[in-house]
Amino acid sequence: MATVSLDGVRKSFGKTPVIHGVDIDIADGEFIVIVGPSGCGKSTLLRMVAGLETVTDGEVRIDGERVNDKEPMDRDIAMVFQNYALYPHMSVFDNMAYGLKIAKTPKPEIEERVRTAATMLQLDPYLARKPRELSGGQRQRVAMGRAIVRKPAVFLFDEPLSNLDAKLRVQMRLEIKQLQRQLGITALYVTHDQVEAMTLADRMVVMNAGRADQIGAPLQVYADPRTEFVAGFIGSPPTNFIDPAALGGQGARMGIRPEHLALCPLPEARVAARVLDAEPLGAETLIHTRLPSGCLVTVRQDGAAPIPDAGAEVGLSWRAGDEMRFDAGGRRL
Amino acid sequence: MEKRVRFKGIWLPLLLVLPQIVITAVFFFYPAGQAIWQSLFIPDPFGLSKQFVGLGNFEFLLSDRYYRASFITTAVFSTLVTVVSMGVALWLAVLADRLIKGSGTYRTLLIWPYAVAPAVAGVLWLFMFNTRVGVVTWYLGLLGYDWNHVLNGEEAMGLVVIASAWGRISYNFLFFLAGLQAIPRSVIEAAAIDGAAFWTRFRTIVFPLLSPTTFFLLVVNIVYAFFETFGVIHTITSGGPQQATTILVYKVYADGFVGQDLGSSAAQSVILLVVVSILTIVQFRYIERRVHY
Ligand SMILES: Nc1ncnc2c1ncn2[C@@H]1O[C@H](COP(=O)(O)OP(=O)(O)OP(=O)(O)O)[C@@H](O)[C@H]1O
Ligand SMILES: [Mg+2]
Repeated sequence: MATVSLDGVRKSFGKTPVIHGVDIDIADGEFIVIVGPSGCGKSTLLRMVAGLETVTDGEVRIDGERVNDKEPMDRDIAMVFQNYALYPHMSVFDNMAYGLKIAKTPKPEIEERVRTAATMLQLDPYLARKPRELSGGQRQRVAMGRAIVRKPAVFLFDEPLSNLDAKLRVQMRLEIKQLQRQLGITALYVTHDQVEAMTLADRMVVMNAGRADQIGAPLQVYADPRTEFVAGFIGSPPTNFIDPAALGGQGARMGIRPEHLALCPLPEARVAARVLDAEPLGAETLIHTRLPSGCLVTVRQDGAAPIPDAGAEVGLSWRAGDEMRFDAGGRRL
Repeated sequence: MEKRVRFKGIWLPLLLVLPQIVITAVFFFYPAGQAIWQSLFIPDPFGLSKQFVGLGNFEFLLSDRYYRASFITTAVFSTLVTVVSMGVALWLAVLADRLIKGSGTYRTLLIWPYAVAPAVAGVLWLFMFNTRVGVVTWYLGLLGYDWNHVLNGEEAMGLVVIASAWGRISYNFLFFLAGLQAIPRSVIEAAAIDGAAFWTRFRTIVFPLLSPTTFFLLVVNIVYAFFETFGVIHTITSGGPQQATTILVYKVYADGFVGQDLGSSAAQSVILLVVVSILTIVQFRYIERRVHY
């Protein structure tokens, strides 16, 4: 168990800066998810905490102690990789026992800890198998098992579920969350999937091009995005952005979520729009429209509501409180 | 994944493999057959007649003190060549694998020796270790060591081992480097996080994962040391001093072409043929089982 803090952490590969100063304070036992688009530096940040990448500037502390110059093995962490990184020539048992053997843990204790973890992860029948004889989900569990037997202070996950199919991903997501709660181990989890981020995180860090745009509880980030990027990245379907010139009020851009928009008769509308297409999904319907200014706007309405024809002129309305205004630099006003 | 093309009829497939079969027949089956045939006879010194002796040549060989000594020499020689060339190559490959800058140059330089023919390599090393004008000999002399491979059997063995292993290092290096680079980085990183320091990682992860490469090279290098080092030995020591570097292949030549004992020479070729067959069978058997860990 431990706290983790990043203090003005920067990273450059050669002359190319990749992480431009990130500050995060993680409480003991907290589950933090780092989410962001591909290439924004999530893995790099995680690998700096792991000690697999040097820190160019700033400080990484685990339990208050500066670990910038410590080897990965001295940081009391465990990591689950996207491709699982199992040792292909060892059995499942040996994969999980590897770290303990190196730490010269007594044999009976290794046996006991590996068996406990295997039971927890439903791996008992597979202990003698080699990784290549396992399914993707089972390999994923072995990677988890290898991480938990060592009872590390911090868990690091780098997109651990992205090689699984959709159904398994949902199941493993729940298992990871339960396991982390049960063990009370601080976790840092990287993903580009916002659903994973929303469901797993105690707090999430939304990263954008090497910066942490916003850190907060998932619902708080959803309800109150601090930047245009965060508003656009979190939420599905994504936030609509409108040029507010025609609407009046301040700011360079206005964001409004599809679920906050409603179709209405033209006289009551705040703005008129033409229907391009509708996607009925059953429980809900997505209606794609175009404003006179050319902006594309998606409206999400209940699946039972009548669906307008393509080409029809409709009115859009919303509550003033749901508007999100941003300045030219993308900052929330 | 297995992909097989199925041909209808027999003529096209036959035609396609014909060149290979012809080459094998002309350059392998025919001479091998000749060797087996000749090994059953003792020709007279002028090659005008020959006398059938059955397995007499083999019987004589196996009871011959010099032939058995040559077996031991070959074993020592090929073990040393294999260990030295593979050990050095593995070490260099591990270094190159960790190298980020300049690895291209490093690799290119390391590959060059492979392009040098064994006999030329032999002459190069001979010059450096020449008992009178050799550079290395001179420096060794300064250090108080009197190098003379012409008289000293062990030094002669050392020299032919170095000369033979040198050219081989490039070849082994390439395979080891490819093997190392095929190991996923994340597996090594996982081991580092699990607490394994460099040497432990090498012993428990890298080396086992390299084992198919290592085994393949082991067989290839032994075969090389057995059969392809003739040029090196011929240029440097001619099998001497006192047969200290007469490996089996060299003895085939020395007895057959210098000693003019063609029957014995042919019998020796047959024995070598058996040895190389065994090595090949071991290789295929073992590789089929081991490569897929
Ligand atoms: N070893 C490296 N050398 C140079 N540049 C690198 C290196 N590793 C990563 N980068 C660069 O750093 C940036 C961030 O990479 P990183 O792997 O952290 O992205 P990511 O957010 O994890 O993306 P993804 O979701 O695709 O995994 C990328 O632009 C990448 O090209
Ligand atoms: Mg990544």
